[in-house]
Amino acid sequence: MSVSETQKSRSTAKVMNRSALTRRLVAKLKNDEAVIGGIGNSNFDLWASGQRPQNFYMLGSMGLASSIALGVAVAQPKRQVFALDGDGSILMQLGSFGTVATVAPDNLCIVIWDNSLYQITGSQKTLTSTGVDLVGVAQGAGLMQSDWAQDEEHFDALVEKALHMDGPRLIGVRIDGEKPAGTTERDPVKIRLNFMNGLGA
Amino acid sequence: MGANQKAEQEGWADIVVRILKRNDIDLITYVPDNVLRPLIDAVTDDPYFTVISPAREEEAVAIVAGAYMGGRKGVTLMQTSGFATIPNALASLACPFQLPIVMFISERGVIGEFQQGQAMVCRTMRPVLQSLGIEHFAIQDKSQVEFVVEGMIKQAFATQAPAAIILSPLLTKRPH
Repeated sequence: MSVSETQKSRSTAKVMNRSALTRRLVAKLKNDEAVIGGIGNSNFDLWASGQRPQNFYMLGSMGLASSIALGVAVAQPKRQVFALDGDGSILMQLGSFGTVATVAPDNLCIVIWDNSLYQITGSQKTLTSTGVDLVGVAQGAGLMQSDWAQDEEHFDALVEKALHMDGPRLIGVRIDGEKPAGTTERDPVKIRLNFMNGLGA
Repeated sequence: MGANQKAEQEGWADIVVRILKRNDIDLITYVPDNVLRPLIDAVTDDPYFTVISPAREEEAVAIVAGAYMGGRKGVTLMQTSGFATIPNALASLACPFQLPIVMFISERGVIGEFQQGQAMVCRTMRPVLQSLGIEHFAIQDKSQVEFVVEGMIKQAFATQAPAAIILSPLLTKRPH
């Protein structure tokens, strides 16, 4: 790591690729960890990474991946839970950072893919393009363990910490504007039943 | 004290708490409302319940949705105006995924309302519930609480469908 801890910021973070990092994250999941894929490309890449029964794919309700994940985390405190969501989505529910910080589940990690774009609707710019720093917002909301992943190795290290259930934790990841590697099959009831079976619920 | 005497002394919120416990519901999410205060106070003071008070009603719905999929039963409390902020979450999460999101909605905007905005937003509630095909019933009398709450909770979980238990001012404001 070329940058010291105190200098790690959004501007020093490497721009990475969502598909590649989703696969990197999923490859580390050895204990049936739950993963909530936010609307659009976040869950398309989760789908493309392999359809684990512990994956939940949102079809709408933009912005609520972290809140659904919080519910799963509260219901199953021994299972690590990840929420994967985009910058445009979470900008709709910034209050949920405060909710997660207040409930403070040690088994919840929120991953935010930030490309400053509403990519799926034609790549219009989001507010992170003009200075909103979502890791800063999260820290201000009380999620003190919030970091910008500086590169792939740093992302791995942060995920590793989350897997030790030291949460709540948030990982901001700057990503490019590449298309997702697949498209989720949109059958809500099938998605829910698979997920509940995967969680033993 | 006889059972009848006890029932007379119980407020509507006490009855609801008893029914929640009987149905193994121990997670409550809410955005506060003055009318809901007796219920919020009762569940907050009772260690049986995990109580989460998020910033928005959409979050409250999503937390209960996630918990249900994780095998834990919850309900969510909100005011009429809060309900007006959640149709998207109901239409894209609760309804298509067939999630039993049981909502207790304190009804503002009718029978003595003093805010025009509350009166108007209240008129959107039943059309939204009807168009989404969500079971709803407005409880008007304390004698209805036990039967309606029990029945609507049971139906929601048995049929994997959201439900709205509306608390009318006839229940919550009228002296019983």
